[in-house]
Amino acid sequence: MWPWTPVPKNGEANVVNSVSTLCGGCCGISVRKIDNRAVKIEGMPGYPGSDGKACPLCLSGLQKLYGPTAVSSPLKRVGERGQGKWKKISWDAAIAEIAEKLGRMREDGRPQGLACIMDRECGTVPALFQRFLQVYGSPNFMKTASVDDAYELTLKLMHGVAARPGFDLESADYVLSLGSGILDGWGSTVRMFRARARWQENNAKVVQVEPRLSNSAAKADQWIPIEAGTEGVLALGIAHVIIKEGLYNKAFVDEFGVGFEDWVGKDGKKHDGFKTIVLKHYSPSTVAGITRVDPDIITETAKAFAAASYPLALCGRGEGRTPGALHDFMAVHALNALVGNVNEKGGVWAVPLPDYVQWPEAKLDMAAERGLATDRVDGAGTERYPLAKSLLTRLPEIINAAEESPVEALFVSGANPCYTLPDTAVAKAAFSKIPFIVSFASHMDETAMMADLVLPDHGHLERYEDIPAPSGMNTPVIGLCRPVVAPQRNTRHVGDAVLMIAKAMGGLVAEAFSWESYQDCLEKTLGDNWEPLLDAGFIHNPKFTPDAWAKAFQTPSGKFAFMSDACSYEAEGAPIAEIEGKADAYPLTLIPYDSLRLAGGPVTTTPFVIKTVEDNVLKGKDIFVEVNRKTGGKCGLAEGVYAHLSTPKGTVKVRVHMSDGIVPGVVAMPRGLGHAEIESYVGGKGINVNELIGPVEDPVSGMDAAWGIRANLTIA
Amino acid sequence: MKQSQGHNRPKKYGMVIDLDKCTGCGSCMVACMAENNVPFKKDETNKRDSITWMKVYKLTNGKPFPENDVCYLPRPCMHCEGHHGHSPCVSVCPATATDYSTDTGIVSQIYTRCFGCRYCMAACPYHARYFNWWDPVWPAGMEQMLSPDVSVRMRGIVEKCSFCFHRYQRAMDKAHLEGRHELAEDEYQTSCTQACPSGAITFGDLNNPEHKVHQMVKPDNAHGGRPQAPNAFRLLERLGTNPKVYYLSTREWVRKAGDNSIKGEGKAHAKH
Repeated sequence: MWPWTPVPKNGEANVVNSVSTLCGGCCGISVRKIDNRAVKIEGMPGYPGSDGKACPLCLSGLQKLYGPTAVSSPLKRVGERGQGKWKKISWDAAIAEIAEKLGRMREDGRPQGLACIMDRECGTVPALFQRFLQVYGSPNFMKTASVDDAYELTLKLMHGVAARPGFDLESADYVLSLGSGILDGWGSTVRMFRARARWQENNAKVVQVEPRLSNSAAKADQWIPIEAGTEGVLALGIAHVIIKEGLYNKAFVDEFGVGFEDWVGKDGKKHDGFKTIVLKHYSPSTVAGITRVDPDIITETAKAFAAASYPLALCGRGEGRTPGALHDFMAVHALNALVGNVNEKGGVWAVPLPDYVQWPEAKLDMAAERGLATDRVDGAGTERYPLAKSLLTRLPEIINAAEESPVEALFVSGANPCYTLPDTAVAKAAFSKIPFIVSFASHMDETAMMADLVLPDHGHLERYEDIPAPSGMNTPVIGLCRPVVAPQRNTRHVGDAVLMIAKAMGGLVAEAFSWESYQDCLEKTLGDNWEPLLDAGFIHNPKFTPDAWAKAFQTPSGKFAFMSDACSYEAEGAPIAEIEGKADAYPLTLIPYDSLRLAGGPVTTTPFVIKTVEDNVLKGKDIFVEVNRKTGGKCGLAEGVYAHLSTPKGTVKVRVHMSDGIVPGVVAMPRGLGHAEIESYVGGKGINVNELIGPVEDPVSGMDAAWGIRANLTIA
Repeated sequence: MKQSQGHNRPKKYGMVIDLDKCTGCGSCMVACMAENNVPFKKDETNKRDSITWMKVYKLTNGKPFPENDVCYLPRPCMHCEGHHGHSPCVSVCPATATDYSTDTGIVSQIYTRCFGCRYCMAACPYHARYFNWWDPVWPAGMEQMLSPDVSVRMRGIVEKCSFCFHRYQRAMDKAHLEGRHELAEDEYQTSCTQACPSGAITFGDLNNPEHKVHQMVKPDNAHGGRPQAPNAFRLLERLGTNPKVYYLSTREWVRKAGDNSIKGEGKAHAKH
């Protein structure tokens, strides 16, 4: 039409179904193509959970496929770490270099110096990395933790089972969300939206408890503003009323519960049961003092929750990127148990972990066995943290405290810890101490910038991968991510890259990987399920039902444990996780908030999605923090002014948005901005909130329990 | 105005957006940009020049904490019919670059005719029209995602939501090939309707009593399409633009916000 504007070429239209791995929820997608070009992403009808819809990030996935940050070939760092100076090298040269480095470490008797960081732990790709580490001789596979991990631990302690949490959301008729961003990315994003539509149709009541009027709160039937960080205390306050008024499910509690009443332990000492603790410490008036929620509201909510046919309480703040305090989860889960809705219609289910990756046991040599016998570098599984599988948030400080980094070589795939870890500066300092970092990123990101070698994976629309267990699904699902277009660049599937490294290492390491290619591995792993998976794009068992109460609990007593020995030293009742900073220097509290219009995880937001961000969240390169109008006024601030936001982690310049939808004393900052300026559409804008908040260790699990940090806001 | 040419019953495609259902997630905006080759710049935070055919506004009841409430309001082009197709923008266009189709009720935008006078933008009370101040630039390689169904625009012209008219054309082509003249309700749906994960957007023929949009708002065609269903309203109803996008809300403050007045406005008018 005009020579200087592109005229998109026409051709034959066709559609490819896949699963988009950009968001945490993994949306089922249908991609419209014109010949070999992908031109539009839509939701895939019939996909479990998302059924024909997709979240904004997944809808804009073509901007990742064809975007400027995609890595086009293996890269070797030539400049300083983080400087972004690279030279292109061949795949063979890159693999040879890794094999040589790892070979030397193993010969020197330090295979445990290899670590791996991923964003997931289920499915064939994480399993390949886990197997590689095992035969190589390192126990240090790490995963970025989320609310799912805290929930898994909760089920482990209270049900005695290794399971992931499933929520029968659609059947619930009273939903009490204790800070969960049910419409802000929590769980499987799109499934949550669809569940909400169902709640509206069924006149279910939704109560949102959180300090800020988020989208989840705005669309709830009732918003209960609460003092930041005290949601777990409110859960126990509600439990207090339910117990005191005798509204709990006696059939469940008496017959299938343990630790509800006081008991005498093996040591002969009397222990307070859940009932005693809750009645003693969590009366509505006490709880009101801590949470600033009116005692009448606590009582009303408790009565309504107990009176509902299918009440469901949810835990895990915001999108669920930070695990949170274990006792919050246990308090909320105990609340569900009080009304007998565990493994029941409309309740929380223990769903077995996916177990389809069954490979023959790998043969280990002495070097591997010696390496595997060492303690994990992050402390997970040691005497101090017996419950955690991995504790990535502890890693930076451990590396920084050591003279030489205990991690000598690091693989990173699917994760972006240099952006997502709390206290980013400390994390980056730790990464710069690691002698050898290999990133398998398909797109250049903050962590790949710190790498010595980048071995680019195919993009999410260019590869096969099994995607099991979407967050919060109460029925088992395996989705299939499959290539929509042929790889556009000189990339290799990360699974193939692992196989290549293993083969180059030789010996038992190579022997453990008998597959010709990742594709071969995927097909053989799925076996008879491969063809159905390929045909439908997913395998789903919608008829799955959880174990009935009589056989659901595998705790020592075979019952649901209201109290766990693991937390026994907290018998005075669950305290609130302390956050960093002293109130006199920092009179306010900074909390991060999540929104679907900004990707807060390892994947950077796309140009389309950042375009939807309002101009009182981001303006030019300036980020806005939200503060209650009255608080802002007291600090001498006005709408739009520049201010210094300081926390014990540092001071940044922000602009102020005065809000009526936030509790006084709280400063809220969006998660997902402040990316490195790798491109200028999304990068270099605003501040990464993780820079301002440090990790707070949960005393029991060791996972990050930080929900905020003390802060101050002064006019700039 | 384009007179009906076919022998088919004239359609009046319209949209009903349930604001109780809308969660402000932004999927509709992104689905629209991806469908319609909407350009993007390095900085899109100046909302006056940020092209968003579908834009989600955030409304507030203005009450102090904790009584504060917010509501999201998606705003596509309203495809106003005005009186007999004299929609505000169509009436002022000196180039017939924008036109009202009595076949479909869709207000078109013909990019090759537009010479950028922007009268239509001044006339549109909904800020639904956007001017291309610059030629669009895609980062290297990203032109590959452009759809051939929608023309790419250039500097100096106005663009806006077309109710995904190319989807209507595609559906009609298919129907004709199959020897049909009429479309089923689900055969023609806009990209935003299809994308909304909350099911807040419903699209269809307002003239067709079988269609959900008709049933949801019961438009009174004798009185400029005014909605007769309770809780249904249109933006700036009093202007008489006769828009084809209807909203539903059970909250009174939201319905009132749909026809906002400047303080004192109307009172002065009553004196005359």
